[in-house]
Amino acid sequence: MKSSTVENNKQKDVLLEVNDLRIYFDINRKKVAKAVDGVDFSIHKGETVALVGESGSGKSVTSLSVIGLVPMPPGKIISGTIKLEEQELLSLPEKSMRKVRGNDIGMIFQEPMTSLDPVFTIGNQIIESLVYHQRLSKKEARKQAIELLKIVGIANSEKVIDEYPHQLSGGMRQRVMIAIALSNNPKLLIADEPTTALDVTVQSQILKLMLKMKDTFNSSILLITHDMGVVAETADRVLVMYGGQIVEEAAVKELFLNPKHPYTMALLKTMPNLDQNLRRLPSIPGNVPPAHQFPEGCRFADRCEFVMEKCRQVAPELVRISDGHKARCHLPFLKGGEYDAQ
Amino acid sequence: MFYIIRRLLLLVVTIALVSIITFAVFQILPGDPVRTMLGTEADETQIESLRNELGLNRPLHEQYVDWIKGLFTGDLGNSIRFSMPVSTLLMERLPVTLSVASMALIIVVLVALPLGIFVAKRQKKFSDVVLSSVTQLGMAIPSFWLGMILILYIGMNVDFFKISGYIPWSESIKGALSTLILPALTIAIPQIAVKFRYVRTSILEQMQLDYVRTIRSKGLPEKIVVYKHILKNALIPILTIFGLITAEVVAGTIIVEQVFALPGIGQLLITSISYRDFPLVQGIVMYITITVVFINFVVDILYSVIDPRIRLR
Repeated sequence: MKSSTVENNKQKDVLLEVNDLRIYFDINRKKVAKAVDGVDFSIHKGETVALVGESGSGKSVTSLSVIGLVPMPPGKIISGTIKLEEQELLSLPEKSMRKVRGNDIGMIFQEPMTSLDPVFTIGNQIIESLVYHQRLSKKEARKQAIELLKIVGIANSEKVIDEYPHQLSGGMRQRVMIAIALSNNPKLLIADEPTTALDVTVQSQILKLMLKMKDTFNSSILLITHDMGVVAETADRVLVMYGGQIVEEAAVKELFLNPKHPYTMALLKTMPNLDQNLRRLPSIPGNVPPAHQFPEGCRFADRCEFVMEKCRQVAPELVRISDGHKARCHLPFLKGGEYDAQ
Repeated sequence: MFYIIRRLLLLVVTIALVSIITFAVFQILPGDPVRTMLGTEADETQIESLRNELGLNRPLHEQYVDWIKGLFTGDLGNSIRFSMPVSTLLMERLPVTLSVASMALIIVVLVALPLGIFVAKRQKKFSDVVLSSVTQLGMAIPSFWLGMILILYIGMNVDFFKISGYIPWSESIKGALSTLILPALTIAIPQIAVKFRYVRTSILEQMQLDYVRTIRSKGLPEKIVVYKHILKNALIPILTIFGLITAEVVAGTIIVEQVFALPGIGQLLITSISYRDFPLVQGIVMYITITVVFINFVVDILYSVIDPRIRLR
């Protein structure tokens, strides 16, 4: 990673750096699921990085590990480091990690319907975090909570603060989630499929809000999604995950225009396009292999339309293609040769 | 508000239904109170005149309406066996049973709730097999046996406890406690063995839910996660269980009062049934019903206090 000149220039601005992260889950005595299997990436200050992949690709576990919420057991960290600025998070004791959580790192989850405590008011749930991390008085915290709700676009925030989650719509709840995540002005905002459960119209509102908040609070975003449309709308850089590994990494424009990994190409093809007049939406045949029995060679081999003999025997490495663009594939074009995908 | 009114209506309807059933059952049941009172030697004219005296010859609906009127005025008729007003008998025995039952209930809540939370927080350390054996054991222990064991090993050895009879609270608080603690424990111990696992299960269920992850992501200490958020959410199912316990505890007093020779409602019920003392039995059954239905009403109200989603419905 450090070899790239572009990244060398930005080295000072690195906010989060994940190296050789491996998180395995014990399924039973014999089976071990390699949910995250050697992941490296970094996030710069002010950057929005999208982590893309199907269900089971390990993207959620990766994001949870950053905030230290991987359930352990059954999960266990085999190797790796996660550095937030100068602080190494994986070796941090739980007590110090709590100060990072909700303070340096805020998180938004997929299901706004179930992610808020149903028996406490919105205000209570924002205030408790402010009181704990900033040692504010209840009164000050309440004032700040009303302010936060205003910032995330809730108009009648003096009223909403005393309402319960079930009284709000999905979009409103996700706004509240964002307010909670931002309440202590975090350096990093992790959003795990923040718009998947929302109506399409509300989706783009929430995405826009997140980007606006990123600028307002001067933070970075790690966005976990499986929706390439969301990626195109929001991300600066994209990490594509498959089978617990990063298979391609590139700036968003580069990835959409010049995808190198067959999995990325397939993902892009699944995006519906108005210009194409297709009877059926394209899909990638097959499933992500179960994380306890990955094949010896390339993990995508069974579903790859360009699969070769070598793919079944040798696992490909993540190779640099150009500045900031890497892919994990054996295909000849990686060595600079000509290649026509179709 | 609507919620409370609806619950109140439900309470009235339940009590009315139970009153009809109780009344009907004792009309159908074999055994004639008049013949029991007069013995086998009595002739038909004697039987007939006593029957008239007790109003047992009147049409059923009249008898029922009279009885219901009595429920409201506190006049439940006279006991056939004791020749005393049923209400007087009830008032005499009620404090004993209420004391035992509420003490048992308090013990169950005070022990089962913290114990359930304790084992839930250390779910890895206590295997489910061990816990469910404890529960099985608790369910299998007959309360008369447990009562006797407590008398034998605690009552006989610790001077403080009296092993039979009852000393009213008004006479001596210490005396009352010395007669009530063991019976209350006898009812409470099997209940604790069963109920702490309900507490554990509902806490563990809550721990799996999304909102808990959100709270953790805010970096709040475990204390707040468990005792503020999880506990309040888990209280909703737990409350249901503890509502049901009341009925079981009241039923439990019937046997335990025999073992500890406590002059409570339970003892009265057994006597009244064996003498076919219908007015008394009906009175007692109504008392038990009203207690249980009322407790359930209180539980329903508590639900709406804990869970804001219920208030709207």
